[in-house]
Amino acid sequence: MLSLNNVEVIYEDVILVLKGMSLEVPDGQIVALLGANGAGKSTTLKAISGLLKPENGEVTDGDIQFQGEPIHTLPAEDVVRRGIFQVMEGRRVFEHLNVEENLIAGAYTRTDRQNVKRDLEMVYTYFPRLKERMKQSAGYLSGGEQQMLAIGRALMAKPKLVMLDEPSLGLAPLLVVEIFDIIKRINQEQGTTILLVEQNALLALDIANYAYIMENGRIVLDGEPDTLRENADVREFYLGLTEVGKRKSYRDVKHYKRRKRWLS
Amino acid sequence: MDQFLQLTLSGLTNGAVLALAALGFVLIYKASDVINFAQGEFLLVGAYVMFAVVGELGWHWTVGIVVTVLVAVALGMLLERFVLRPMIGEPIISLIMVTIGLSSLLKAVVSGIWGTDERAFPSFIPSDPINVFGATVTTDKLWAIAIAAVFLVAFNLFFRRSSSGIAMRAVADDQQAALSMGISVKKVFAMAWSISAATAAIGGIIIANILGVSGNISGVGLQVFPVVILGGLDSIPGAVLGGVIIGLLQAYTGGYVGHGLNSIIPFIVLVLILMVKPYGLFGQEIIERV
Ligand SMILES: Nc1ncnc2c1ncn2[C@@H]1O[C@H](COP(=O)(O)OP(=O)(O)OP(=O)(O)O)[C@@H](O)[C@H]1O
Ligand SMILES: [Mg+2]
Repeated sequence: MLSLNNVEVIYEDVILVLKGMSLEVPDGQIVALLGANGAGKSTTLKAISGLLKPENGEVTDGDIQFQGEPIHTLPAEDVVRRGIFQVMEGRRVFEHLNVEENLIAGAYTRTDRQNVKRDLEMVYTYFPRLKERMKQSAGYLSGGEQQMLAIGRALMAKPKLVMLDEPSLGLAPLLVVEIFDIIKRINQEQGTTILLVEQNALLALDIANYAYIMENGRIVLDGEPDTLRENADVREFYLGLTEVGKRKSYRDVKHYKRRKRWLS
Repeated sequence: MDQFLQLTLSGLTNGAVLALAALGFVLIYKASDVINFAQGEFLLVGAYVMFAVVGELGWHWTVGIVVTVLVAVALGMLLERFVLRPMIGEPIISLIMVTIGLSSLLKAVVSGIWGTDERAFPSFIPSDPINVFGATVTTDKLWAIAIAAVFLVAFNLFFRRSSSGIAMRAVADDQQAALSMGISVKKVFAMAWSISAATAAIGGIIIANILGVSGNISGVGLQVFPVVILGGLDSIPGAVLGGVIIGLLQAYTGGYVGHGLNSIIPFIVLVLILMVKPYGLFGQEIIERV
């Protein structure tokens, strides 16, 4: 459905951030994109959704195809119209608009206006808490409720592909589980394809069909969640699991080397 | 009592015009952070286009209002497209200079076409004296207030209910997030300028109907600043309330005190407000959750 081939992104004409990024998102699946801070995950999503321009960024090489057509030269509004919706990092709800108005803003590109009311109800069944706070300014919602609103806003656009940028950011563990559950349900019930960017690798691998790990502007490892979970580096760096009985000191060096190997 | 009612009514009439002009100003500021010093000239253009259509061509006043609004909408769009949009990303001071330049340009164009003499406005609104609570007032003022109220209510509904209105407020809140839902920020800017020009033009028609058509109308635009500072630069209800308060204050000081106090009272209010409540009565608070 979506494929990136050797994409290169440069900010401000000089800062090279994506250095030959390639990935595939098949129709109907949940694909996770994992990586440390600054790896270029958000940049990847913005390159897809056409949101680089306001930040002075540009796709300078490679191409991005959606349903067989190149989209990396399209403005953001056309990308949304083709069915890709990015839920930005940090939730970015419209603080001075109430919950319902935020959702209506999400439906902006819809041409079937008469169905918008019905879809509001659909969003409220996924997130009953939003219904209770329908008329409240979004700025006063809790962090978790804002994340629900940000996802609800995406649903209102009826997209084929939703890209979620760190939906677990700053939320309590229980709430994260709840939100991931709903993401999974949306994928199954609405048939929405999902590209999930996460720092919380453990949970992301739980719901994903396939995962990519990126470092320093490119993919360094990819595979089925089960395979990745078995990989010692992934266990160490992304899942925070260390093998029983071994102490840190010597291993640190070893892992540092292994990490170097990825980066080079 | 009689005098009080009459003053209140003319205060409200003026206030309604100020509110319409201020509404447009706030709209542009909210959507695009541009401080539009040419807002007063939108009033002027509105008044003269109405004068041309009804007074010179002799068409019916309803046609006059429609044509005036259309011309204003087109003017707003053209200005946004060819003057403001190329300026995106320039420092705020350049934007201010551009709108000041626009203000002189519009004034010059209007006096170039119609000259500088004061003209009688084709009074299309009946101005019969009637009796309201024991005071004698002319119906044109009541009409003016009613027309302004209709437009203000219509705009309020537009912002709360319509998808375009909500999109405009979304852009005011977070441009990039608005972009991410496919809202065209360019379209929203163009809309802000055209609605702004249109509301001001309606205000211009109302004021011309009372004062006659002349270059002085753009002077009313100057009072937009005290109004929006009072109401809060980014608040639509603030623009309306600010307009009414300033309008009333002017009428009362003019009637009871005199000595020209009515023409400086808006600026006294301006200074006082800047000292005690710099964001105005309704200036948007920055929402901070704890
Ligand atoms: N607008 C910008 N201008 C210049 N450099 C930028 C810009 N945005 C991001 N970068 C740089 O690009 C790199 C990748 O940033 P990006 O936000 O894509 O990382 P990320 O993987 O999403 O990180 P995080 O997990 O912290 O969100 C960083 O080094 C960052 O400093
Ligand atoms: Mg990021």
